[in-house]
Amino acid sequence: MFSAQDLQALWLTLRLASVVTLLLLLLGCPLAWWLTHTSSRWRRPVAALVALPLVLPPTVLGFYLLMLWGPEGAVGRLIAAAGLSALPFTFRGLVVASMLYSLPFVVQPLHNAFEAVGERPLELASSLGAGPWDRFFTVALPLAWPGVITAAVLGFAHTVGEFGVVLMIGGNIPGQTRVLSMRIYDHVQAGEYHQANVLSLCLLVVSFAALLAMTLLRPRRYARD
Amino acid sequence: MKRFLISCLLACAALLQPWSKASAEDQHITIAAAADLHDAMDKLIASYRRNHPGATLEVVYGASGMLLNQIEQGAPFELFFSADSSYPQQLVAHGKAGGTPVPYAMGHLVMWSASIDMSQVKVADLSQQRFGRIAIANPQHAPYGKRAEQALHAAGVWDAVQARLVYGENIAQTAQFAQSGNATVGLIAESLAKASPVKGSYALVPATMHEPLKQSFVLTQRGAGNALAKDFASYVQSPPARAILAGYGFSLPGAGH
Repeated sequence: MFSAQDLQALWLTLRLASVVTLLLLLLGCPLAWWLTHTSSRWRRPVAALVALPLVLPPTVLGFYLLMLWGPEGAVGRLIAAAGLSALPFTFRGLVVASMLYSLPFVVQPLHNAFEAVGERPLELASSLGAGPWDRFFTVALPLAWPGVITAAVLGFAHTVGEFGVVLMIGGNIPGQTRVLSMRIYDHVQAGEYHQANVLSLCLLVVSFAALLAMTLLRPRRYARD
Repeated sequence: MKRFLISCLLACAALLQPWSKASAEDQHITIAAAADLHDAMDKLIASYRRNHPGATLEVVYGASGMLLNQIEQGAPFELFFSADSSYPQQLVAHGKAGGTPVPYAMGHLVMWSASIDMSQVKVADLSQQRFGRIAIANPQHAPYGKRAEQALHAAGVWDAVQARLVYGENIAQTAQFAQSGNATVGLIAESLAKASPVKGSYALVPATMHEPLKQSFVLTQRGAGNALAKDFASYVQSPPARAILAGYGFSLPGAGH
């Protein structure tokens, strides 16, 4: 049913989405925590910046990344000066681009969840002698758990579905940047509708299963709203 | 509330109107053109319109294989300018053409680079690491990509360079990869090398290393009865149009080399 190349694209996509989701959760938790509790005047600009990929066409993001990361771009020069290999057309590049692209899908659910937890449980824990780390890991995080699951599912699914950015900076390299959405596109362009259909169906089922799992994994009292 | 709903409906109705006033059917065509015709086709149309100011000709660029698919799926194109002959022939074979394919130009594949002087470089040299990333168009649906693959095989360096290849969606994106410097070398159309906004150098890939890029156009079923489409098709074969194409490095059918 799947050709070896299709399987490679499938595996690559799952690997990309997993790496991106894990990294985004690690990065997103402190960021969402900061957005929830800071009174800094940078809060609103940062929140807007985080949300930007929601409204920005992926091609715009891809275009700027390609220019920034290229040998003439600011980041490209820095990376070259640091002796690292360039980011465009690499798996690492896709990871970084996907993290930018999927950022709001992870940070916003976390932010909402932390806000829903509110100050009160934290103050209580504090009065019982819990330190800041203790408060975060034993009080805030467990209470915000449904939000963490939502963030993980949305971040994962959104990365799997990414196309515009990959088209701009991926270079369609088998095993490196030829993800499932690119593979489907190639199949359609070449008139191989059967293979396109099989892969698309895969994505459809995975997406539906992810959303279903998300609602099932939520505790009942959250499931209602 | 009622008034709000009515104004919403009216606004929708207004927004659904096409942007420009629909001109007479015959005065407007849309052309599907291979991505190597970027610039050249724009020039052709501009020159054609000087004598036909009432005509509107729009172009959609893409990989020839992709355009073929779109036409077969009913995309509203009157003319199809492919970068080879096989895609127009497929359109004929599938009964979706409105005429027979006509060769209009012979394309050339070149090795282009912004950072390395390519003038003395041979295809076999590309196996050297100093050529870094090499961009080619996707061989699955872009004729120039297929020719690039053939040439790399013919030079015996396909296995050596394969890990360094990046694939453009069509030949124009491939050129962009090389022009932005993200790929060190691009195997691109000479027409795009000549029209490059970025300074670079290039060497011709010998035509013996790949199937010829005998570029043909064909009227689609939709364009078969369209006077403007037919007139533009004959214009493309006229001396002024051939001069424009020659300026972009295309060889011309019936002109020798």
